Amino acid sequence: MVLSAVAIAALLAMPWLVQSDYYINIGTQIVIASILAMSLNVLVGFGGMISLGHASYLGVAAYLTIYLTTQAGFGALAGALAAISATTILAMLFGYLALRASGLGFLMITLALGQILWGIAYRWASLTGGDNGLGGAVRPHIFGLDLMNPTAFFYFTLIFLAAAFWLISRFVQSGLGQSLQGTRDQPRRMRALGYNVWLIQWMSFVFAGFWGAVAGLLYAYYNQFVSPQALHLTTSAEALLMVIAGGTGTLFGPVVGAALVVILKNVVSAYITRWLTLLGIIFVAIVMFMPEGLVPGARRLRGIMRKRQNSSTTQALPATEERPT
Amino acid sequence: MNFWVIQGLNGLAFGSLLFILASGFSLIFGLMRIVNLSHGAYFMLGAYVGLSAIDAGVNFWVAILIGGAAIAVLGAVIERFILRRLTGQPLAQVLVTLGIAFIIADACVWIWTGDPRSIPMPHQLTGAFRVQQLAFPIYRLFVIGVAFTLAAALWFLLERSRLGAMIRAGVDDLNMARAMGIRTSLLFSIVFCLGSALAGAGGVLAGPILSVYPGLDTDMLPLALVVVILGGIGSLLGAFIGSLIIGFIYSYGQALFPDLAYMILFLPMVLVLTLRPTGLFGRQAI
Repeated sequence: MVLSAVAIAALLAMPWLVQSDYYINIGTQIVIASILAMSLNVLVGFGGMISLGHASYLGVAAYLTIYLTTQAGFGALAGALAAISATTILAMLFGYLALRASGLGFLMITLALGQILWGIAYRWASLTGGDNGLGGAVRPHIFGLDLMNPTAFFYFTLIFLAAAFWLISRFVQSGLGQSLQGTRDQPRRMRALGYNVWLIQWMSFVFAGFWGAVAGLLYAYYNQFVSPQALHLTTSAEALLMVIAGGTGTLFGPVVGAALVVILKNVVSAYITRWLTLLGIIFVAIVMFMPEGLVPGARRLRGIMRKRQNSSTTQALPATEERPT
Repeated sequence: MNFWVIQGLNGLAFGSLLFILASGFSLIFGLMRIVNLSHGAYFMLGAYVGLSAIDAGVNFWVAILIGGAAIAVLGAVIERFILRRLTGQPLAQVLVTLGIAFIIADACVWIWTGDPRSIPMPHQLTGAFRVQQLAFPIYRLFVIGVAFTLAAALWFLLERSRLGAMIRAGVDDLNMARAMGIRTSLLFSIVFCLGSALAGAGGVLAGPILSVYPGLDTDMLPLALVVVILGGIGSLLGAFIGSLIIGFIYSYGQALFPDLAYMILFLPMVLVLTLRPTGLFGRQAI
């Protein structure tokens, strides 16, 4: 509670504290990445469904936003609503297909679907601009506020983050969210109790896709440009890394993970061009040494250290919130 | 008419390359329940290793062996020292292979730069095979021949040898196979090495047709996934038929609707997942 209050205060005060467009923009990137990671966490953390295609919703919503507003003559609001609706419908279809399987099959199908979308964006140059992507989008004016101003845009994205945080936490506590966690832990028992496991998972999938689309809308506004990279496997993998690094199944974990990944990516890119190698190494290292994620993992390591220090006391450590995956 | 025949042969050649990649992927998945997301990267790395071997003056046939052997060794090391430590954690294994795929992909850009390179064809196989007005590159016919031979050899290995019987037992029921005294950890190493070697050698073999470039890995990996989803898990026949179907769809699609060739790949996935989620020849749902 205290931590959240400090975090919120820090976020609100951030533009005054740093006084630099560069850092404010990094803050905006973190906010957008947080929304994406939180939406993926609905699947990974609360649903136990590991998706490697979550960039699909980010990328498709971004492409649609820019295409509709720059080439199809949509206004800003109509374009945004249409992009998010269409992407959510795509999530309905993809959810239907991916949920024909579970576990590893689910992962394979989401990856394959996502890479097919990437291939379309890359090859269908007449529509998507191919490798060059689509550009020329402008951030809208809202209530006389010019979102081209980095500070204004930062607060604009922050509103969406707050909404995502609130609605996703409401979702997790709702009956649907609770039964989703039931299907994660005990799918057969849930089925025996008469729950429609498939429907619960599908609705959660669509919900996650919706928030992925919201992140995509903000992504399009932020970059004013979209290229196939937004749909690429590395983008999906980065989102998954944010979730895993921050600790799955917690509300705040993905935000921490998003901040870590975005900061690391920006810092590393400033010095070397080997981000992909680092991404790979982090993946391997986290899985091998800190499979529960950084936040619970650090807690566990601290627990082990403490245990070593007071090895005379035989009392067991208090149970952590670890959960069988 | 000519168009359909030529594109059909192209599809067959591309499907053949896919089969060499997907058969190993499917075997590894079927037996070990590991979705090896490095498999595309193995394919690309094998091609680059073969290219360097040829640059160093080795002939094409030896280069294929070197590419296959190098990736087999890499696969053995990864299986023994990383994947085995994560036994029983399939999701952790997938994420590790994804991380390794990124590292390999980046290392390839580092070592071989980002420029696409083509592997020169062996001179015995240059030129075209002619029937009336039809001309078709001999090398592609050769690749088709290799894939069919490989399919027959793998079929023989799996269905007619003692090792194959043990692998099949492991695919069907791992715990029971273990209880019968089969050394499954050795089996895992053999299958992972074999799959890796096929990916590496397949990369060299594909070099003259697809050429080698950064991104070859992520181009090929999803196709291998689609093949396995289509054909069914751990099924050799499924991988074979699936590869040919995807090869044809991709080849005709690229010729007829170049923009939409990738979009058409959705079609078999939608059909199979809707109508038969086990895949065409799979016995268990994926």
